[in-house]
Amino acid sequence: MSSWPILSLVTFLPLAGAFFCLIVNGPKEAVDRNCRSAALITSLVTFLISLVLWAQFDPAKASYQFEEKLAWVPALNIGYHMGIDGISLFFVLLSTLLTPICILASWESVQNRVKEYMIAFLVLETFMVGMFCALDLALFYVFFEGVLIPMFLIIGVWGGKRRVYAAFKFFLYTLLGSVLMLLAIIAIYSQVGTTDLPTAMEKLDLPFRWQCWLWLAFFASFAVKVPMWPVHTWLPDAHVEAPTAGSVILAGVLLKMGGYGFIRFSVPLMPEATQYFAPLIFGLSVVAVIYTSLVALVQEDMKKLIAYSSIAHMGFVTIGIYVMNMQGVQGSIFQMLSHGIVSAALFLCVGVVYDRMHTREIDAYGGLVHRMPRYAFVFLFFTLASVGLPGLSGFVGEFLVLVGTFKANTWVAFLAATALILGAAYALWLYRKIIFGELTKSSLKAILDMNGREIAVFLPLVLITLWMGIYPASFLDPMAPAVDKLIGDYNAAIKLAHTASLKP
Amino acid sequence: MDLAVKLIVFLPLVAAAIAGLFCRVIGDRPAQVVTSAALLIAAALSIFVFVRIGFGPEDGKMMVVKLFDWIGSGTLDVAWSLRVDTLTAVMLIVVTGVSSMVHVYSIGYMADDPSIPRFMSYLSLFTFFMLMLVTSDNLVQLFFGWEGVGLASYLLIGFWYDRPSANAAAMKAFIVNRVGDFGFALGIAAVWMLSGSVGFHEIFAKAPDMAQMRIQFLGMDLPALETACILLFIGAMGKSAQLGLHTWLPDAMEGPTPVSALIHAATMVTAGVFMVCRLSPLFELAPVASQVVTLIGAATAFFAATIGLTQFDIKRVVAYSTCSQLGYMFFAAGVGGYSAAMFHLMTHAFFKALLFLGSGSVINCLHHEQDMRKMGGVKEKAPQTFYLMWIGTLALSGIGVPYILGHGIGFAGFYSKDSILEAAYAAGTQVGYIAYWLGIIAAFMTAFYSTRLMFLTFYGKYRGDHHTWDHAHESPAVMLIPLYVLGIGALLSGLVAYPWFVGEDWEHFWSHSIAVKATEGVLHGMHHVPEWSSLLPLVMGIAGIALSYLYYIAMPGLPAKTVATFSGLYRFFFNKWYFDELYDAIFVRPALALGRVFWKVGDGALIDGLGPDGIAARSRELAGALSRFQSGYLYHYAFAMLVGVAAAVTYFSWLR
Repeated sequence: MSSWPILSLVTFLPLAGAFFCLIVNGPKEAVDRNCRSAALITSLVTFLISLVLWAQFDPAKASYQFEEKLAWVPALNIGYHMGIDGISLFFVLLSTLLTPICILASWESVQNRVKEYMIAFLVLETFMVGMFCALDLALFYVFFEGVLIPMFLIIGVWGGKRRVYAAFKFFLYTLLGSVLMLLAIIAIYSQVGTTDLPTAMEKLDLPFRWQCWLWLAFFASFAVKVPMWPVHTWLPDAHVEAPTAGSVILAGVLLKMGGYGFIRFSVPLMPEATQYFAPLIFGLSVVAVIYTSLVALVQEDMKKLIAYSSIAHMGFVTIGIYVMNMQGVQGSIFQMLSHGIVSAALFLCVGVVYDRMHTREIDAYGGLVHRMPRYAFVFLFFTLASVGLPGLSGFVGEFLVLVGTFKANTWVAFLAATALILGAAYALWLYRKIIFGELTKSSLKAILDMNGREIAVFLPLVLITLWMGIYPASFLDPMAPAVDKLIGDYNAAIKLAHTASLKP
Repeated sequence: MDLAVKLIVFLPLVAAAIAGLFCRVIGDRPAQVVTSAALLIAAALSIFVFVRIGFGPEDGKMMVVKLFDWIGSGTLDVAWSLRVDTLTAVMLIVVTGVSSMVHVYSIGYMADDPSIPRFMSYLSLFTFFMLMLVTSDNLVQLFFGWEGVGLASYLLIGFWYDRPSANAAAMKAFIVNRVGDFGFALGIAAVWMLSGSVGFHEIFAKAPDMAQMRIQFLGMDLPALETACILLFIGAMGKSAQLGLHTWLPDAMEGPTPVSALIHAATMVTAGVFMVCRLSPLFELAPVASQVVTLIGAATAFFAATIGLTQFDIKRVVAYSTCSQLGYMFFAAGVGGYSAAMFHLMTHAFFKALLFLGSGSVINCLHHEQDMRKMGGVKEKAPQTFYLMWIGTLALSGIGVPYILGHGIGFAGFYSKDSILEAAYAAGTQVGYIAYWLGIIAAFMTAFYSTRLMFLTFYGKYRGDHHTWDHAHESPAVMLIPLYVLGIGALLSGLVAYPWFVGEDWEHFWSHSIAVKATEGVLHGMHHVPEWSSLLPLVMGIAGIALSYLYYIAMPGLPAKTVATFSGLYRFFFNKWYFDELYDAIFVRPALALGRVFWKVGDGALIDGLGPDGIAARSRELAGALSRFQSGYLYHYAFAMLVGVAAAVTYFSWLR
């Protein structure tokens, strides 16, 4: 398989679909239909190929697999270096899974500029997958920033009433962080003379002070993406204004870019700074968990409530990464994957009723169970997954992070665990308001239950959520060697620095 | 055996899935048949397993059926597995026994409901989670069952989802339980950190080491095992509605009555007691945590009984009585009488389920009336229910005749409640005596309020409207048969099971499924308590009944006079010690207010105001200000240039 550039194939295949959409011509209806089908087929094929990736992946290895290495800008020693380990594998799968689901979910709800919409999603998929595969800092930066462009357009063009405000807020926040990250990448380049990540990990030997500056520069970029408190305010606005599928990708994949970045870059490149700044991360994350959970309790807009709950869940992720033990880091990664599925499904749930009623206001609903029993079931299922009911995916990550954190710092574990209570409060409150009660609003009297296409959208997500909750070993085992190596290298680096500092 | 255990646990799940997912295809009757049949088979198999485990040879007293791996990360290793020892076998009998009876009863009770398959499916789903809870071989699977029964309870309390009160009660139950689970989860993390494992076998092996360790918890240096046990007990308090985390249980009576019988009396609420007994090898080595368990239990037994005295809703009286009886079980476990706690858990499951289902029969008879002020004289219309309820009441009051046949002869509660109070007395410690005396007072109140329920409901003249009375009728056979079965349990379970649970056979019966050393100490002590202390509970029970008779039959004017005399105390009890109001004021409203402040002020004014919106506004202003410089007048530009040239010249001439 090593001769086959399978990673490049998964990364760039969506562009082929985008190209097809671009050249397709004819009457609007035909173009729309063809673009939809082309996008769905391309993304499904991409997903299937990524499954091959999983099947061929050697779960016992900690090193990068399916590596591809080409000179890109030889003069500057910048390479096209792709490869995945057990950590990135599942993020690639998450991206390739959610894209066809998004396209299917937009089948009817997007009627205007269908062609451009599909192109935007396919290009977005290329950038997302590329970002998770890139093993070169410059290449990573290109993909990382590239993601912003289609997302900006999706919110700005197909979004709600205040879409332009939300799109610019999103762009400004993320751009600010990116600029600093670029500086940090240049600094690393100036030290090691290449942007190749494995080489940089080996050679980079920065004094502590420098590590701190670089860590902060990366932090600026990743913290916005996670998003961490207090740079989170772009997220509720972006979610509220984005079309359903945009929210799905935003919550499902884009929020994971920050956590992934911490694991892939901040920790291995700047281990001492990682240790030094861990209390800062803990502080911000604990605030995020409690603060945003409380804010979620008083929301009036369905999407805003789920957006705030996402921030709280991502607080768990950042805590887990920085406790730097096996349970914490694996829990974080698992929590990111689970949140990718569950929050995506919750936004799709909002989309189902939004498509029918064109409002996201919680007060506009109530008693939907009377007309929509299937929908009530699906919504309940994902609400429970989101509050971390054991047996569903949300529990595994939360639990691992909690036990990992308890070992490191009981205060952090104690405060973060309040999410157990607050999470149940806002999630069940939302469910009760939307689904339960008598159906009294006349506008809802004729609302229809989910149709076949919608069931097809949710069914895979339901099954995966159960699978991840009952037999998480399928996901935890392949990532274990890579996480083990990450922690081993980190501890070795800390020990080395410690002994060095003891020498006269 | 392996197959039998697997069938017991998974048949209810399969039945729940069939009834729940294909309800519209298969219809009401098949849903009832499938779920009830599954539970009856599970109950029969449970008896088989109980006999094999409880009375089998010593080497077959414990079995673990491993299913498959669950969560593995580094040194943390959790598997799905089914553990059956005597403790589990007792719970299997209780859970499948009561659950199967409730399933059958529900066929009659819910006959007019439009959502029968959903109801049956939830009941079976609950049973599955409860069985996973009692068969777990590690703390994490225990937590799975724990949260699972919480979910089922949420769904069933809110079963009639059109009622706002039912929805609120369902949410309250889930969230208050989550407060307990918060402690439980931290407790699991603590145990894992200390022992390196979450499996019971490994934890118990490490318990003596853990008792020596210390832990840094929230900046304090604490004894490790005590801290872990207290955290775990917080979980038990939530699920078993102990003082402080009890507020959800009375509200849970919004659910259909079969649910109250199954979940909120016989099984789920006893999960906390089960947990403490399951972890008794830990609690036995944690004296401070055990004292906390004793005191909380004793306080709950007393506190809930005082409220039970004043309530008028028939189900709420029984609910508070449940809360109080759970307190008994906890203080028994707290003083080391784990087998006595389990004994009362078992007998209580029978007579309390009987009382709840009997109340359901009364409610059904009177066309969904639950207020006892609008009842009276029902024995005429529902004679069988009346006699069965008396059995439950006498069992709850602990009535029997001492000295005959060695241990005396009486209703189930007579044996188990006596055992608990004797255990508390035999402990010989200060908290033991506190628990004993609070338990004695509560026994008096228990007898009073439970016979008050009987007198108000079945005796005297009917006080409701005549239309209801004319249509009042005894319940159908499908509801009465389960009552008879439970009635037999309430009559005989104490007498039959006494030797196994706390009598001469206890050692072989329990084997190593509960902490042997503590149990032995307590059981030994129980035989040497003074005569009066073991007779006092019975005396108190009879006195309570007598007083109740005086109040509600002999001199019916007395209650009103008493209320007038002690009006302050009465209001305090009647309003449930104002716990709901207190929690609303210190938790609910501040949380919402904080949420609003964080949202509008924190996110809106501060972060956005100083961040993106502020920067945007400032840059607009700056652009505006700058644009004013571009006035278009030549002399403005000329002046600016002049100033600039002057500044440059000055700079260079001075600095060079």
